[in-house]
Amino acid sequence: MKSNIEFAIQARVLTRRFGSLVAVNEVDLDIPSGRIFGFLGPNGSGKSTTIRMLCGLLRPSAGRATVLGLDAARDSEALKNRIGYMTQSFSLYQDLSVGENLQFIGEIHAIPRRERRRRVGELLSRYNLAGRERQRAGTLSGGQRQRLALAAAIMHRPQLLLLDEPTSAVDPSNRRDFWEGLFELAERGTTILVSTHYMDEAIRCHNLAILDRGVKVADGSPQALGESIGTHVVEVRAGNADAAHLALGKIPRIVSLARLGSRLRAQIPKQTAEPLAIVGEALRNAGIEAEINTVFPDIEDIFVAVTELREHGPIDRESGGTPIRNPVIPRGVAESRAETAPARPRDSARDDRKGDHGGRVEDSGR
Amino acid sequence: MNSLVRIFAVMHKELRQLSRDRLTFGMIIGMPLLQLLLFGYAINTDVRNLSAAYVDEADSHLSRQLIADMGAAQVVTFGQRVASPGELVALLDAGGISVGVAIPDDFDRRVIARDRPALQLLVDGTDPIVLGVAERLAAIPLRFDSQTGIEERQRMMEVRNFYNPERRSAVNIVPGLVGVVLTMTMVLFTSVAVVREKERGNLELLINTPVRSTELMLGKIVPYIVIGLVQLALILAVGRTVFAVPIMGSEWQVLLASLVFICANLSLGLLISTVAASQFQAMQMTFFVFLPSILLSGFMFPFEGMPEIAQAIAEVLPLTHFNRLIRGIVLRGADISMMARDMAALGVFTAAALTLAIARFNKRLD
Ligand SMILES: Nc1ncnc2c1ncn2[C@@H]1O[C@H](COP(=O)(O)OP(=O)(O)OP(=O)(O)O)[C@@H](O)[C@H]1O
Ligand SMILES: [Mg+2]
Repeated sequence: MKSNIEFAIQARVLTRRFGSLVAVNEVDLDIPSGRIFGFLGPNGSGKSTTIRMLCGLLRPSAGRATVLGLDAARDSEALKNRIGYMTQSFSLYQDLSVGENLQFIGEIHAIPRRERRRRVGELLSRYNLAGRERQRAGTLSGGQRQRLALAAAIMHRPQLLLLDEPTSAVDPSNRRDFWEGLFELAERGTTILVSTHYMDEAIRCHNLAILDRGVKVADGSPQALGESIGTHVVEVRAGNADAAHLALGKIPRIVSLARLGSRLRAQIPKQTAEPLAIVGEALRNAGIEAEINTVFPDIEDIFVAVTELREHGPIDRESGGTPIRNPVIPRGVAESRAETAPARPRDSARDDRKGDHGGRVEDSGR
Repeated sequence: MNSLVRIFAVMHKELRQLSRDRLTFGMIIGMPLLQLLLFGYAINTDVRNLSAAYVDEADSHLSRQLIADMGAAQVVTFGQRVASPGELVALLDAGGISVGVAIPDDFDRRVIARDRPALQLLVDGTDPIVLGVAERLAAIPLRFDSQTGIEERQRMMEVRNFYNPERRSAVNIVPGLVGVVLTMTMVLFTSVAVVREKERGNLELLINTPVRSTELMLGKIVPYIVIGLVQLALILAVGRTVFAVPIMGSEWQVLLASLVFICANLSLGLLISTVAASQFQAMQMTFFVFLPSILLSGFMFPFEGMPEIAQAIAEVLPLTHFNRLIRGIVLRGADISMMARDMAALGVFTAAALTLAIARFNKRLD
């Protein structure tokens, strides 16, 4: 079953309508085999719908997807044994125990008894569920459920894993373990498509696609995405962040301004030659002391740049910049971001990310 | 081979879920017992002690004897003796009594001459049960001291046999009840079988496994066949011990007929399950099938007495055919080969419903 196809998933103008709503709009995807590919996008942007089309649960309204060399819509039955799918909402049997659920999945995939037992034991310990074998799945905590669901999804050793927000309820430490597991799988040749709202997860992916209202607005490695966005990012550390926020909010050239505790991140169009000067001058005029630096865009900056700013078109440089938009964008991609991880200490998370940035992503990238 | 393994996997899962579901489990045993008690006893038990009054204008030895006999039968309790037939009517009108007995002053003469009715029963006919009671009262023999009584008694005995509901109902009801209970439980159990997976969110997982529609349907049916047979055994055993209903024909033939009938109901339930959008809808549809089954199948009313349209509808219902089969085998000791048409009808029904259910079940979300 080892396949040497270059792309595990290729989609062309993949489109899905629900009545008049275009949930997925002409999406092209090329997902290389053996990589972890991230799907980033706010609520309702079409992540789940795309994943469902890729595993043959929904027929595309237009376009097509080739998955592991097969047509996702036509050959969906042949794909069932080769794809592992973890649904966004828990879909195992709540009235069965952890062990019974895994046993059922093993049986339905016709894995021979001895091998099945071996795998169940292995998965239970790998996903920290040993000792909970007899607990009803319905009584597990959210994070435990998601670990169980992942175990169930990889039980039959699929070549391709489609994970729809697999860690939305997993705590940071378990999330780290969870991702370690994904990297292990990827090293063994499994292709993984994972949708997420978490920036720290997105940055771990080899490649990312950002979806916004059904449209793929950006695609590439986190590094490449950061280089390609049309803005400079200036980080401001001010004693009085509120005042700085107010002052910078008046500057038309600053197209996006986001606040993180005592820090601010401002985005200024690439065409502007001296972004630091603009920010520095604005702060001086307001009499605010601050430390300012240009920084490499992180995923949230990228996300804001490609989604929030997309709809406002190119920035008019000559006229000195009519304010295109100066939103006080909440830090966080989507509302659900705020819901799921409101209390995460931003600064430490940020530093983490920087580490990841220089480390893993680039190592494991091309 | 793998197909069998997958069917077994579904069965295994169904049985496990069933064993956790106390309500369903209770229904398997509780439903037949409750129905037996309700139908068996309620219909079997005599109506007793209806309030009554009488007017005895004859006041002869014979008339006093008759009143005493009527009272002794305990069907009615004579609360009072009134002076005129007019008073009886007034009491009846006021709802004070359900039955009035009016004995005219020439009662003895009328009995001997038999040219006119010897006495009048005034009955509140709005309640059919009371009407039935009156008919039973009319069957009470007049006891003569003279030899003429022999002839009289014989004639009355005929009437009495005709109206004796006891023997007839219990014997007829118990085998009929097998069909009613099986219809109720079997259709209900499977009608929620698929839609429950949908409602609980398990379907998205299930349709991403290699299980085929046919395998899923068979896996969901087989456990309930066993349950149906348990119910059959329970009803017949209670019928024999409590209601003294013997099985005249072959037990194997009872089993065979029931098996086909159970499969017909399970298939119908599955079909409902693939149509219904929620468990509640499934139950409504089950009820929609159940009502005509009870009313038209010959369980409640004699089949021959129904209008042609009702008979035509009844021919489509599995219960109609099963009633003929089970009553034939259990009560008349008939051989199943004499009722091959009904067996064939059940077989065709099963095949059609199952095929439709399998065709309707779609391993897609759209
Ligand atoms: N079966 C359906 N019928 C009608 N509309 C649908 C259906 N499924 C999805 N949609 C709509 O399609 C859009 C995309 O939904 P989708 O579930 O793909 O979003 P998502 O990116 O997964 O969002 P989230 O992050 O909240 O999970 C939404 O506007 C949703 O309301
Ligand atoms: Mg989703």
